Amino acid sequence: MLLESLRLDPAEFAARTGWQAKPEGLCKGDRCVPMPSRASDVLDAEVVAQRLGMPLLHDEITGVWVLGPEGGGRALTTAVAPDLRLPDVHGEMFSLSSLRGRKVLIASWASY
Amino acid sequence: MEIVTVALDTAGVEAARPWIEAAGAEHPSLIDQAHVTDELFGFVNIPNGVWIDEDGVLVRPAEPAWPPRETNDKKYADIPADTPQRMKDMLAEARKIVTDSDGYVAAVRDWVEHGARSRFTLSPDEVVARSHPRPPEHARAAAAFELAQHLWRRGHRDDAPRWFRKAHRLHPDNWTYKRQAWAFADPLQGPTELYDSDWLSDIRAIGAENYYPHDPW
Repeated sequence: MLLESLRLDPAEFAARTGWQAKPEGLCKGDRCVPMPSRASDVLDAEVVAQRLGMPLLHDEITGVWVLGPEGGGRALTTAVAPDLRLPDVHGEMFSLSSLRGRKVLIASWASY
Repeated sequence: MEIVTVALDTAGVEAARPWIEAAGAEHPSLIDQAHVTDELFGFVNIPNGVWIDEDGVLVRPAEPAWPPRETNDKKYADIPADTPQRMKDMLAEARKIVTDSDGYVAAVRDWVEHGARSRFTLSPDEVVARSHPRPPEHARAAAAFELAQHLWRRGHRDDAPRWFRKAHRLHPDNWTYKRQAWAFADPLQGPTELYDSDWLSDIRAIGAENYYPHDPW
């Protein structure tokens, strides 16, 4: 996740990682990790990285930070599908949740 | 059932569009310029797929998702004589790649017909347990790859390769990380000064039969 600063917006963080801000902390599936301040407030990326086991990189050329996924487990920490949001080929934003109630097969491919 | 395709292309919609239009795709055809589905679902190669049920729950994790296609013998039968030798060598390796389109499509059809009662449907615990391991070095690889893509998109083309190389070293089994970077340096994904590896060398190193590791159905 690319960051312009170390201040994380909880909604953006949830959309990208599936970690939701709740009164008990940051939660994904059945797992919750306490945060030092209310998780609904702006999050400190360094604290989040340390508590969730996420790598945090800084690029001096462009000034951005990159917060990677949590490590030390599996690619999936829950079977609940994230609400994937990506643009389609026409530039329209697609939300996976729009297909709730139907079976979905997501298949990756590439031009290379 | 709805099929949704995701193009893992750092170069964006312009790279993917010609293929989508040539296929006449009518399903949602998404553009994943930042490879976020690598991170969210654990895709490590293409084609990889996941199944999601009516309640939004994954019932199969990321795994090879082979579409129906010609057999390798037929597909690679008529290679023009003037094809560059490197391409001939790549096609010879590609011919040895083990796929099971018939098995995959049959499994999808079974799931569509029987839903939760399909023998291919996994429980939530099984889905998580069968998803790819993500040790800390793979998480660092994901961060390095994202930074490399950012630099490439912002025009820092000389600075991106060192982060691509870092991602490759940290997660050598992730073919999308490698193929994406190799293709920027050489459309044939051959050896260049920028990278320690290339498609032909790496697939020979692991054996083409291991390109799409998958448990039997």
